Amino acid sequence: MKNILIIGATSAIAVACAKKWSNTDVTFYLVARNAERLKQVSEDLRVRGSSKVHTYNLDMNDFDKHLSMLDDCNSTLSCIDLVLVAHGTLPNQNECQADVNLAVKEFSTNALSVIAILTLLANKLESQGKGTIAIISSVAGDRGRQTNYLYGAAKAAVSTFSEGLRVRLFKSGVHVITIKPGFVDTPMTKDLNLPALLTSSPSRIAECIDKGILKKSDVIYTPYFWSVIMLIIRFIPGFIFKRLSL
Amino acid sequence: MSESKLMSWGRYPAYSQTAFLSSWRDDLAADVSHLVREHGSTLAFGKGRSYGDSCLARSDHVIQTTLLNRFISVDWGTGVIVAESGVTLEDIINIAIPNGWFLPVTPGTKYVTLGGAIANDVHGKNHHVRGTFGCHVKQFGLLRTDGSTIVCSPVKNKDFFEATIGGLGLTGIIEWVALQLMPVHSSNIVTTKIRFNSLNEFVELSNELDHKHEYSVAWIDCLATGNSLGRGVFIVGDHAHDEIFELRNNKRISVPIIPSVSVINRFSLYLLNNMYYRSHKPGRHAGIDNYDPFFYPLDQINNWNRAYGSKGFQQYQCVLPNVNSEEAARELLIAISKTGNGSFLAVLKRCGDIVSPGLLSFPIPGISLALDFPQSDGLISGLFSSLDKIVLESGGRLYPAKDAHMKAKDFRMFYSNWEKLDLLRDPGLNSRFWDRVTSI
Repeated sequence: MKNILIIGATSAIAVACAKKWSNTDVTFYLVARNAERLKQVSEDLRVRGSSKVHTYNLDMNDFDKHLSMLDDCNSTLSCIDLVLVAHGTLPNQNECQADVNLAVKEFSTNALSVIAILTLLANKLESQGKGTIAIISSVAGDRGRQTNYLYGAAKAAVSTFSEGLRVRLFKSGVHVITIKPGFVDTPMTKDLNLPALLTSSPSRIAECIDKGILKKSDVIYTPYFWSVIMLIIRFIPGFIFKRLSL
Repeated sequence: MSESKLMSWGRYPAYSQTAFLSSWRDDLAADVSHLVREHGSTLAFGKGRSYGDSCLARSDHVIQTTLLNRFISVDWGTGVIVAESGVTLEDIINIAIPNGWFLPVTPGTKYVTLGGAIANDVHGKNHHVRGTFGCHVKQFGLLRTDGSTIVCSPVKNKDFFEATIGGLGLTGIIEWVALQLMPVHSSNIVTTKIRFNSLNEFVELSNELDHKHEYSVAWIDCLATGNSLGRGVFIVGDHAHDEIFELRNNKRISVPIIPSVSVINRFSLYLLNNMYYRSHKPGRHAGIDNYDPFFYPLDQINNWNRAYGSKGFQQYQCVLPNVNSEEAARELLIAISKTGNGSFLAVLKRCGDIVSPGLLSFPIPGISLALDFPQSDGLISGLFSSLDKIVLESGGRLYPAKDAHMKAKDFRMFYSNWEKLDLLRDPGLNSRFWDRVTSI
């Protein structure tokens, strides 16, 4: 993994991954919306030993600008060995229920913009004939829960899209890994009251992601115990599920 | 999880803190002013390694800085590193060692933040040659709760620089820090361990060896009485010159739960102290240790503070001035051994005469003694009050970073500069400790 592109590079999980991967052999190309924070993250990586850190300022909802970002990335990295798609928000379900525009916008951020950039990236990596695409989805995409089904629906779209992409790109030697984190202690979840026992640090998630990429896993739940939890949750029949206050 | 509950390392006093996690430098000012508006005052909270109530907010609402943990710049030519205040000493070691640098001063745990190290002006086994942590701080940015930022250095805003070093987090929120690292030629420490049989022998060893070595510390058996009073193991060390730079991140064991009663009691202490003493043979023994077990033996047990049970524990750390140190230390040890209570491995250390820039810095030239005691109802009124008397009479002082009991009048005598700090204190910041020792 020498050339790494990270979309949503200031997200806590992306930062933890970048720290894990940072060394003198790596060239980073970091994309994020907030220029000041992008600068802070890239300074940190430079001190940690990555002398080659490039940044690009972009709001992923500006679909029209995806191509020019990728052109710039191509001219900087030539070949992309790994791309991590990590951008996203955690919509407030209640507000989304009351405001159509907000619901659509949040869906766009968490699903459409991911599908848009993956469409371009897929073609690029397919023509390279190698590389890995790592996509952060969520356990929330496995079932629609009343407390966050807008987010869940977006992540379900991402999971299904990446599954199809995995099948298509497998033939050309490109690996697609879908990552489904459970509760993670990040700024994105800081207003939630998450159960401490089930909540992991971003660095723990980064460890799992790194292992999953090396092992060429298709879908990983991070940490692993979420695969058990979600197995049970997926098996709850609909007529019971609709009566639960999950 | 902005609503997580935090406690100090000793878990006493049990004022549980509601944490507001701040994630970005550009959000910090707004986060802080939000807390001050909502709760009257707040206090920065890092890794929670202060033992008593100096890290607890008066309002019980703290601003947690552990995600402000980014490096900003480094110059491996000069060894000056600039980082956000939530960066831990462990983070720094992990990038410094491969580049041939090390912390100029390190306390006995690497799980403290830069901000915490400055606020408590921590010291280490090389106090006699390098002074405190604050002696190596070149500059820092101090955010006041009114939103203004003061850049402080020994020449710029000197008053705030001096008040913030050892200032217990009261002058502002430290946003970033420029620290001078120390060049080393190895991650290994060449050590000599010497078993000694009395306090007098400790003093002789300290006089003979301290000035020849970078690091010096002694572990003593605080339960030994009579002829064995003050027996222990004296350890000196220096960075090796073998050009080996090896990080050590051992798999650690952990205390998974908080037992309802302390597992550290009279019986287990007697056993452990005896075992440790006897595991060292008489005479001088040379060896080589990696920096990690040498500096941070307790870090290998996650949450070791939990072993003291749900009531928690208090650390008693004092420094006794050279003139009276041996006599006063003897009196302290007699008082402690009589109770049969005390730590597994009390720490005895000579502090040198390098003056810290900090107004409320703890060390003075003399001997520092630190012991942990399981919390019990009569601890403060009983043992601690007789220990306090001995410390006061000797002209010594107690360490706010470890304290949960110091009397207000004693504090004001120990730290006559306290009013200067109070004048520069940010009105939006206050701690349980400061409230306890300054009001009335």
